[in-house]
Amino acid sequence: MEGINAKYVSQKISKTRWRLVSHSSLQQPDIFATGSWDNEVNKISFWSIGNHGGSDMDDGFEGDPQLLCEYKHDGDVLDLQFLDQERIVTTSSTGAVTIFRHHQNSQTISVSHCWPRAHRYPCDNAPCTGVVCSSPEIVTVGEDGKIIVFRADQEGVIRVIENADSSTIHAVTYLRTTEILTVNSIGQLKLWDFRQQSDAPSQILSLSGDRVPLHCVDRHPNQQHIVATGGQDGMLCVWDVRQGSTPFSLMEAHSAEMWEVHFHPTNPDHLFTCSEDGSLLHWETSTHTDMPSFLQGGRNNSMVSRSAMAPAGGNQSLISAWLSGDSSKGRLETTHMLPSQTLSVNSLDVLGQCLVCGTDGEAIFVNRQVPV
Amino acid sequence: MEEVDVEPAVTNIPAASDAKHLGFAWGPGDILVYETLYKASGAQGSGCSFIHEVRKDEDIYSPNLRKLFNESHHIFVGLQTIREDLPSKNKKPQFVSISKNYRSVIRACMEELQQVAVSTKDAEVATQYGNQVSILLAIELIWNLCEVLFIDAAPAGSLLLHLLDWVRLHKADVDEKATEVLQSESPAEHHDYWDVVVSYVLQGRLEEARQMLVKQATLHPAARNMYKLMDNLLSKMPFYNPGGTQTLTEFDVKWRHWHGEVNRCLQDNSFASNKHLDIICKIIVGDEDTLLEHKELLSTWYHFLVTRLLFSHPTVKPTELHYYAQSCMTMFLDARSVPEPLDNILLAAFEFDIHQVIKECSFGSNLREFLLLEYASGLFTHHSLWQLAVDYFDHCPEFGRVYLELQIEHIPLDTERKALKVLRICEQRQMSEQVRSICKIMAMRALRNNRLGSALSWSIRAKDAAFATLISERFLQDYCTRGTFSDLDLIDNLGPAMLLSDRLTFLGKYREFHKLYGEKRFSEAAKLLLSLMTAKIAPRSFWMTLLTDALPLLEQKEVIFSADQTHELMFCLEELTSSLSHSAAGTDKPTQDDDIEQTKVELLRLALARNLAMAIIKEGTIDA
Repeated sequence: MEGINAKYVSQKISKTRWRLVSHSSLQQPDIFATGSWDNEVNKISFWSIGNHGGSDMDDGFEGDPQLLCEYKHDGDVLDLQFLDQERIVTTSSTGAVTIFRHHQNSQTISVSHCWPRAHRYPCDNAPCTGVVCSSPEIVTVGEDGKIIVFRADQEGVIRVIENADSSTIHAVTYLRTTEILTVNSIGQLKLWDFRQQSDAPSQILSLSGDRVPLHCVDRHPNQQHIVATGGQDGMLCVWDVRQGSTPFSLMEAHSAEMWEVHFHPTNPDHLFTCSEDGSLLHWETSTHTDMPSFLQGGRNNSMVSRSAMAPAGGNQSLISAWLSGDSSKGRLETTHMLPSQTLSVNSLDVLGQCLVCGTDGEAIFVNRQVPV
Repeated sequence: MEEVDVEPAVTNIPAASDAKHLGFAWGPGDILVYETLYKASGAQGSGCSFIHEVRKDEDIYSPNLRKLFNESHHIFVGLQTIREDLPSKNKKPQFVSISKNYRSVIRACMEELQQVAVSTKDAEVATQYGNQVSILLAIELIWNLCEVLFIDAAPAGSLLLHLLDWVRLHKADVDEKATEVLQSESPAEHHDYWDVVVSYVLQGRLEEARQMLVKQATLHPAARNMYKLMDNLLSKMPFYNPGGTQTLTEFDVKWRHWHGEVNRCLQDNSFASNKHLDIICKIIVGDEDTLLEHKELLSTWYHFLVTRLLFSHPTVKPTELHYYAQSCMTMFLDARSVPEPLDNILLAAFEFDIHQVIKECSFGSNLREFLLLEYASGLFTHHSLWQLAVDYFDHCPEFGRVYLELQIEHIPLDTERKALKVLRICEQRQMSEQVRSICKIMAMRALRNNRLGSALSWSIRAKDAAFATLISERFLQDYCTRGTFSDLDLIDNLGPAMLLSDRLTFLGKYREFHKLYGEKRFSEAAKLLLSLMTAKIAPRSFWMTLLTDALPLLEQKEVIFSADQTHELMFCLEELTSSLSHSAAGTDKPTQDDDIEQTKVELLRLALARNLAMAIIKEGTIDA
């Protein structure tokens, strides 16, 4: 496994995220942020892997992440997202939602804004489990079953959906600009449309059979109806939210909870998952022919999907390779990305050709040559 | 590696008042202390309501050492998976490489600590880090020796070479001095010059010694022959080559021959005119007295041991080591000085007494398991490193599981995510008791915060039917008080989880009844309602509610309940009222509630009778 090394950082990493790079430039990402958990004093940190080729590394390997700056964080960092080039939003086990600003010149961090008990119970703290943002809007979800919408520049909350869920909401992602998807601990995928005034989900999807809690969700970057989720039993499910209330395909991915699933943002034939069982998998799907999938519209694909449902509507919509995913047919390749078994891999992020992940073994792995 | 018999450290508890008795209780890694009145009899307790937690300022909380723990854990886990079916001789290189891995991790940690110790301005912190560095240094020294003697188990010939490497690795100041000398203007006239040359010779680095001597030779052309002779002797000293074709005996012969030649030079007084060269000659012939004269350069008795062996007995066998070790130590140390713990450990290693080594390093019995248990228990007290401890416990066949079971329930569970991780650990090891207990804790917490869905999800994970029943009761209570269901998203989507408990099944089915009614599928709703009562899924306490729900169905223009169904309903009503009257028999006077009940029952009877009539007529009518 070339190009992947462990950096031990003396803190269990709960989240890692690459800083966004502008799409116009073809630069590889160079800075990522991490959040820790289960420490007496938790921290958020910014690291650089020096892709700009500026400073030369005196010690360590080329690409060994260097700590730029760090800041104390109250409570476990349960989720972390970049709001823009300089600011990150974090959610805490104390129920707080905080915006931190990274000052690049002085390499310091300051708190830009904080909503201290955004998620709470009447007499207790409720951990805030997930956040997604599309600047300046921020949406958070928590163990109290609430969905809260903030704006980065405003004090109060914009909207609260109380009792959105009777169980814990584990993750949230945008489906469209006004629609979000949440997953909860009774195995349901819920669609919420913010244009509607009512506090009810516009759609509920779930697996028939056991109500296995779902922990992570991600939307296909180009085809907005395709969503992947991962759950407690380590199964990777790919759903088509336009039709049916059950997933299109189910794949056995891991032997323990799957913590994160990510489509590659620019090359969505690649998917990455990480799990409590200490492995990080790279899924690569390929269509039957060598033609890229977007050119196949109009042809009757010979692949039969598991549920054998023809897509609705007269026009043959693009059948994504994911929806026909069937690992037994050998069209789905999976590779382990980490050299050996570690403790739980809690988080991963992939951008361009760079992959970063953090583990409970207090190590960060960076791979700069992901084959996508 | 602390001294065994030292004065115990005194810790003052500043918050406790003077001259008060303190009671205490041991915790997993700390002590809880409280003020108390210690009296034989009479009132106990004191006015102070504080409990103090006293915790040793353990090294495991240092961030640098945490890296050491994590990296060594990674190596440990990898080590355990080495396949058992490999023959031992194939495993040896693997073990050696793993040992080197461990050592490099220790060295890396040491270097980091050293950097921090040097760069910090706080003197106390610097001392603390300095102490840690010296401890790690000693650890690595011992480990290296153990790797040479036990893991690599080098035979005679290679043994000395390995020991030479070991000594060279742990004596870095020679190179520092050499650099200083060489960088000076005239190295041969530097006051440390001869020290450097002698140190090189003592370490068997003859090539470098010769290079240094050349510089001296150029300064004294008159004594050129003498220097040439010395250079010749030094260049001809044979070193055993383990990979070569020469056997040990052949090497021994060659070495004796060379040794004889050096001895002749000494007897001939060839170097008598140059004190330094004379000393060097005596050293390479193995003269103990000369070696002992250079105690400062050797600095440790084990260096003395290795040098002595190099120049007098290079084919030493492992079993002979301890003779030399003991005698060297005695010779080297003054009569007054006492061997330090490190010396004892190394001596034990030379004597191939592994148990003694371990015993000197720690106290107590010498089971690998005991050591792992101790280490892991220590890790478990750490708020974060407990995850590493789990793997160590796994590899303690006798007591590991028991220790783990006891300790795992004490981990504080602040978030669901942490609870999930702990649960996964318990489930993988079939610790079902702990699974149930953890799920119950989380479910109760969820219930207290009115998160019924979360509570249900926890009881499903634990397959806890009793708790599922409890949750269903809550739902039903909510319904009775408010008239509507809360958390419809949960009840509507129970799926197979419904079967976990009867009460839960009833809840699901009751909700289904409501849905059918809402969709105006009355006959199906009616059938369901009836089955709930007749199949005894509904709890008796709820029957009144169900019958009341049946009322609107009975009052419809259309006949919904068939005659048979109406009979059954009546039967249920009778059952209910008879049991009610039984229980009400003891009460004094009818309350208002009883009146309402009575009215309800009468209404029901009327409705049922009317329905029965209509049903009989309908069923008896032949469509024309």
